[in-house]
Amino acid sequence: MDLENQARIKELTEKHGADNLVVILGGAEAEASGLACETVTNGDPTFAGPLAGVQLGLACYHILEPEVKNEVDEDVYDEQVSMMEMVLDVDDIIEETKKYREMYSEYAE
Amino acid sequence: MLDGKKVAILGDRDGVPGPAIKECIETTGAEVVFTTTECFV
Repeated sequence: MDLENQARIKELTEKHGADNLVVILGGAEAEASGLACETVTNGDPTFAGPLAGVQLGLACYHILEPEVKNEVDEDVYDEQVSMMEMVLDVDDIIEETKKYREMYSEYAE
Repeated sequence: MLDGKKVAILGDRDGVPGPAIKECIETTGAEVVFTTTECFV
């Protein structure tokens, strides 16, 4: 995950509180989505960025996950996401994001 | 789950871009506090 974005997520967590901040991903691939989820929950696994060794434990979901999709207005979701939903490997992306969330997120419901 | 929360969006140029996710999240009662579209590769 981009080092600048790691710094922004860290700042936002300090500002709003880890229990109040949710990260939503739009990653095209399962592995990258899982890595981003791991970074905002358990810290940067590459130990390169500001979140190295920082366990924020944030709630983190992919936009394709039903937990998020079900809360979004159906027409808006269709317009903005359904095209990519057809071409992306939805099951793998969900599985990988969920794996890290369940392991490391302290604030996911 | 999202109502009343602050949301940071990490979109992907090759997946779902930040602005598209933002449009969606704004319909849930959550407040979007950060949106970006990165290249995950």
